[in-house]
Amino acid sequence: MVQYSQAQFDASFGALSDATRRGVLEQLGQGDASITALADRFHMTLTGMKKHIGVLEQAGLVTTQKVGRVRICKLGQRGLEEEAAWIERYRKLWAARFDELDIVVEELKRKDEENGR
Amino acid sequence: MDVRKESKAGPTKNRTEVERKSERELVVTRTVNAPARLVFEAWTQADLFRRWWVPKSYGLTLLSCEMDVRVGGQYRLVFRHEGSTMEFFGTYLEVTPHSRLVWTNEEGEDGETGNTVTTVTFDEIEGKTRLVVHDLYPSKEAIDSGSTGALPEALDQLDELLASLGSGTETR
Repeated sequence: MVQYSQAQFDASFGALSDATRRGVLEQLGQGDASITALADRFHMTLTGMKKHIGVLEQAGLVTTQKVGRVRICKLGQRGLEEEAAWIERYRKLWAARFDELDIVVEELKRKDEENGR
Repeated sequence: MDVRKESKAGPTKNRTEVERKSERELVVTRTVNAPARLVFEAWTQADLFRRWWVPKSYGLTLLSCEMDVRVGGQYRLVFRHEGSTMEFFGTYLEVTPHSRLVWTNEEGEDGETGNTVTTVTFDEIEGKTRLVVHDLYPSKEAIDSGSTGALPEALDQLDELLASLGSGTETR
């Protein structure tokens, strides 16, 4: 586990309190995007989006890089970890479920064989 | 000491894979070591389904499980969780024996965005069945908030996650 300082935690909480910013993180989970593209996507002004990105950047959730005249945003380390953790929890649920399914199906198989198929 | 009971299926569990396919789609894949006919049975007979759908390790009680598995038929699952009950229900849109099941998840319906639709395909290859569970959420927000489609355990986990991400922000 990576430890975060209280200040970082506070920054994250603030950053994630906003639906647009959470949306931006989800979007970046699909792939990097320019601030212009994000502004477009979330129907807001470039200035508005820049503000949001600034907050996310401060929290370590997003990093940005200037490529030519465009500023590209990507998930920061913390954002990546959250996305991975979310998927992993979901996967565990299904893995547990399927393990139980195996037991039921094995039983059906046995019955099937007993019935001389 | 770990003495494994070896079954014919082999001691190792098949791998469950999850992919966030798009902002509105989650896909789970898993192989089951049995013909599609039997796997399909376990998905469509309530007395079998209820035995595996809620993993024992999740501490939920399935109070009732009704499934009318035919096109237009309804299903309803009632759970008890920490003193309250939760219901999950919907309609079967497609029922193709041994190969395909499609149902809606209506408990989270809000009238505007529609329901999450779950499609399960059963693909038999050399006596084994490749299962693909595809959830199409009505919106990106639904997938993120867990308001529809997901199961109670998944909801809890989502809530936990959201809490860990954003708790306390309202009062700041």
